[in-house]
Amino acid sequence: MYGKKTLSAGLAALALAYTTVSVAEDTIKVGVLHSLSGTMAISETTLKDTVLMMIEAQNAKGGLLGKKLEAVVVDPASNWPLFAEKTRELLTKEEVDVIFGCWTSVSRKSVLPVIEELNGLMFYPVQYEGEESSKNVFYTGAAPNQQAIPAVDYLMQEAEIKRWVLAGTDYVYPRTTNKILEAYLKSKGVKAEDIMISYTPFGHSDWQGIVSSIKKFGSAGKATAVVSTVNGDANVPFYKELGNQGISAEDIPVVAFSVGEEELSGFDTKPLLGHLAAWNYFQSAESEANSEFISQWKAYIKDDKRVTNDPMEATYIGFNAWAKAVTKAGSTEVDAVRSSLYGIKVPNLTGGYAEVLPNHHISKPVLIGEIQADGQFEIVSQTPEVAGDAWTDHLAESAKIISNWQDPAINCGNYNKETKKCSGQKY
Amino acid sequence: MKNLIAGIVGVWLVALCGPVTAEAADNGSLRAQLQHFSGLNYRQKKAAVEGLATIESESTLPLLQALLGGEIYFSKTDNSQFYQRRESGAEVQFSPLLGDQLSPGPTAAIKPSSLRKLRVNNAVRKALRQAIAAVQLRVGSEAERLAALETMLGKLDDEAYLRLQQLQPQQSSAAVQDQFQLVLAVHQLGAADSAQRLAALGPLAGRLEPQVRAAIQQAIEAFADDRAFVAEASAALAKTEQRIGFYRFVETLFFGLSLGSVFLLAAIGLAITFGVMGVINMAHGEMIMLGAYTTYVVQLLMPAHLQYSLLVAVPAAFLVSGLFGVLIERGVIQFLHGRPLETLLATFGISLILQQLVRSVFSPLNRQVASPSWMSGAVELNPVLSLTLNRLYILAFSLLVFMLLVYLFKRTNLGLNVRAVSQNRAMAKAMGVKTGWVDALTFGLGSGVAGVAGVALSQLTNVGPNLGQSYIIDSFMVVVFGGVGNLIGTLVGAFSLGVANKFLEPLTGAVMANILVLVFIILFIQKRPQGLFPQRGRAAE
Repeated sequence: MYGKKTLSAGLAALALAYTTVSVAEDTIKVGVLHSLSGTMAISETTLKDTVLMMIEAQNAKGGLLGKKLEAVVVDPASNWPLFAEKTRELLTKEEVDVIFGCWTSVSRKSVLPVIEELNGLMFYPVQYEGEESSKNVFYTGAAPNQQAIPAVDYLMQEAEIKRWVLAGTDYVYPRTTNKILEAYLKSKGVKAEDIMISYTPFGHSDWQGIVSSIKKFGSAGKATAVVSTVNGDANVPFYKELGNQGISAEDIPVVAFSVGEEELSGFDTKPLLGHLAAWNYFQSAESEANSEFISQWKAYIKDDKRVTNDPMEATYIGFNAWAKAVTKAGSTEVDAVRSSLYGIKVPNLTGGYAEVLPNHHISKPVLIGEIQADGQFEIVSQTPEVAGDAWTDHLAESAKIISNWQDPAINCGNYNKETKKCSGQKY
Repeated sequence: MKNLIAGIVGVWLVALCGPVTAEAADNGSLRAQLQHFSGLNYRQKKAAVEGLATIESESTLPLLQALLGGEIYFSKTDNSQFYQRRESGAEVQFSPLLGDQLSPGPTAAIKPSSLRKLRVNNAVRKALRQAIAAVQLRVGSEAERLAALETMLGKLDDEAYLRLQQLQPQQSSAAVQDQFQLVLAVHQLGAADSAQRLAALGPLAGRLEPQVRAAIQQAIEAFADDRAFVAEASAALAKTEQRIGFYRFVETLFFGLSLGSVFLLAAIGLAITFGVMGVINMAHGEMIMLGAYTTYVVQLLMPAHLQYSLLVAVPAAFLVSGLFGVLIERGVIQFLHGRPLETLLATFGISLILQQLVRSVFSPLNRQVASPSWMSGAVELNPVLSLTLNRLYILAFSLLVFMLLVYLFKRTNLGLNVRAVSQNRAMAKAMGVKTGWVDALTFGLGSGVAGVAGVALSQLTNVGPNLGQSYIIDSFMVVVFGGVGNLIGTLVGAFSLGVANKFLEPLTGAVMANILVLVFIILFIQKRPQGLFPQRGRAAE
């Protein structure tokens, strides 16, 4: 039995290798650069499957420009320097036409020098801290103005929050986001003593002291909320401790930027009822495209219990935008595709359209959801599409910088409006 | 036949819809109000909750509670048809709410996809809680009235205040009277009349409820010109702060002890393998991890008896990790006796193998270990001090494990043999002690205890292949700090590091506190290489 299986697998591999060789001229190669092992595998494997599913669907529609798409999957193993090596391998050895990949900011920063040197094209599908716009990367996840700022606005208006706890994991994304949020809150008249900032290491598990100090901070008689950029599996003991110490969403709501359906699956969410998350997509969004996408995903992954999440939608948008641009340009050549990407509009999964902007970000609606007992989110607020802003307007040194790769007079990712020059900062 | 069915369906439809359409016109009915309510946005809903609560019907309270729990649904095609979701075991059923007072009927076979949930958000839930409290204050039992008053504390408006004042004389129980006085006094702090405000301060001084403190603080800010009041209020606040300061200290101490108990559990197995046997066991963390995974497997095997799963998991984890320990000792470590560097490398390799084993068997993703209900929640001693139950249990458990081990080493034959072998191997052998056998058992014991620690840690942290790695450094730190070869040293070391960490944390932040503790230990070891409780006499060599 086992032997037979191995044999047939071997034959299949052989057949595959053969077809690759024979039709090599006729395929468009798509690189998939997501960790399939290591700490980030939990999140990134899902995105690899999403890209493969999109490729399969596109091939079923006849591929692109009359050619079939072919996925080249590599495993950078949650090892940041390996991301750069694998990118080089994809671009020089495999000669892929486009890459979908990365999750953490540090992995993206590691890829940047290589992809700029070799003039590749990458779609990055995760919400991040902004302050970047590379010629060779399109950012389909949220910039801070598409997630963090609107979430804070929602809490200010709807829950009349006056006091803020900014809790995060100690690395670049939470630190930059909190810096932006702190400046924003102060510009809205929040006093310094009404902001508490707390950082914890990756994988922190002893939350009792921090949760207790949040409780203390929130008992001063002013409505208090926690803005959480806690990332990864540290969220599990964090939310457990919140539940155990009896902090309900009605007293001190926690709004998270890194907790989605995937993170909540298999978690008893009853004590978390009403805590919030801000994303550009929730599985519970009601639109035809979304229900189609969900059933497509469940069928592809052959598991009815699997959920969809925001980075998956970002991958979906990125893939469709790229496919449309390739058709429009009539070629897969990077510069041609890049210039035809600007202004391209593709449907998102929440019933609207995502437009690719000259600063390599896209327009997305901002959704606020409350956690339900079944691990899904109930959408309590949805904005119209917001244009992604590469450089935040809330930090003085970034406010004067813009990014525009379409306008020939600017044509860079860091144009200083005052000095009228590109700073030359590379990444 | 077809006609007959159509006829029956028709009659049934009329029966169902008939009274509804008749009553829809009646705005005072619960159904009409709910129908109106379901069409509103969240802000409007929040305002409309009160209208819903004022309807006097015996269904009002259950309806508000069901809304709070998100159990009310309405038909997508007809928004006057309401259903309540009920869960019996794993099954979800819907029962229609009948009549104009929405009394729940028998469960009906209806597709969930044809229903839409009547949604509420945090703000609406907050309003619902207040509305429920208001109703329960009128009709509830004593316990319910007390809970209702607690909900209302600090959240009264003038209207509610007047209503409450009328209700107060009707209360017979002293506890309820007290609570009434408290709630009313907090509101009176905002009164325009200075004398009234001063009078209100009396019962409030020294109260620990955060709402009381906040109200006094606000009153001080609002009536800053009223010198007499401000002085009086500040005194009351100072009295409260003093009490709170004490309880905060107790709380931090508890946090420290609880972190210490985690350290103790993680390190005590190592105190045996490293401390007593002198084997540098880098795979110790993986023994903890195996224990945590055993808990997971036990829960998979007995899903119906989750409450008892931990009681089964403790011996199971001891056996699994202990067995792995014996295998490692017999298979690898016994051949490396007296060569610490090789032992270190070999056990490090074993730790990698075990991690990969778990990855291959269980997947690299974290596994979800459920907490039994008796371990969730907290004991609330007073409004500022509550001790979480899982931490309390683990603290007690770690002390129990510790005492058992001390007993084992001091009072049993095995303990005597272990001490003999660790102090003078050759002499023990000459006296007829089977040293190989004792080595294997000791190592198995140390590993088994680590497995037991894994059961406890599965309740606090993520169960994944990397679980052990995050505790191995802490474990070595505790053992070295406490003094190698000394169980008491491990106990004192664990608790003092835990407490130091938790007292530093509020001052420096979590990241810095960890670093400071490490720096302290490095300096300490420079000064006292033998740790807190060094071995004395011949054993010290």
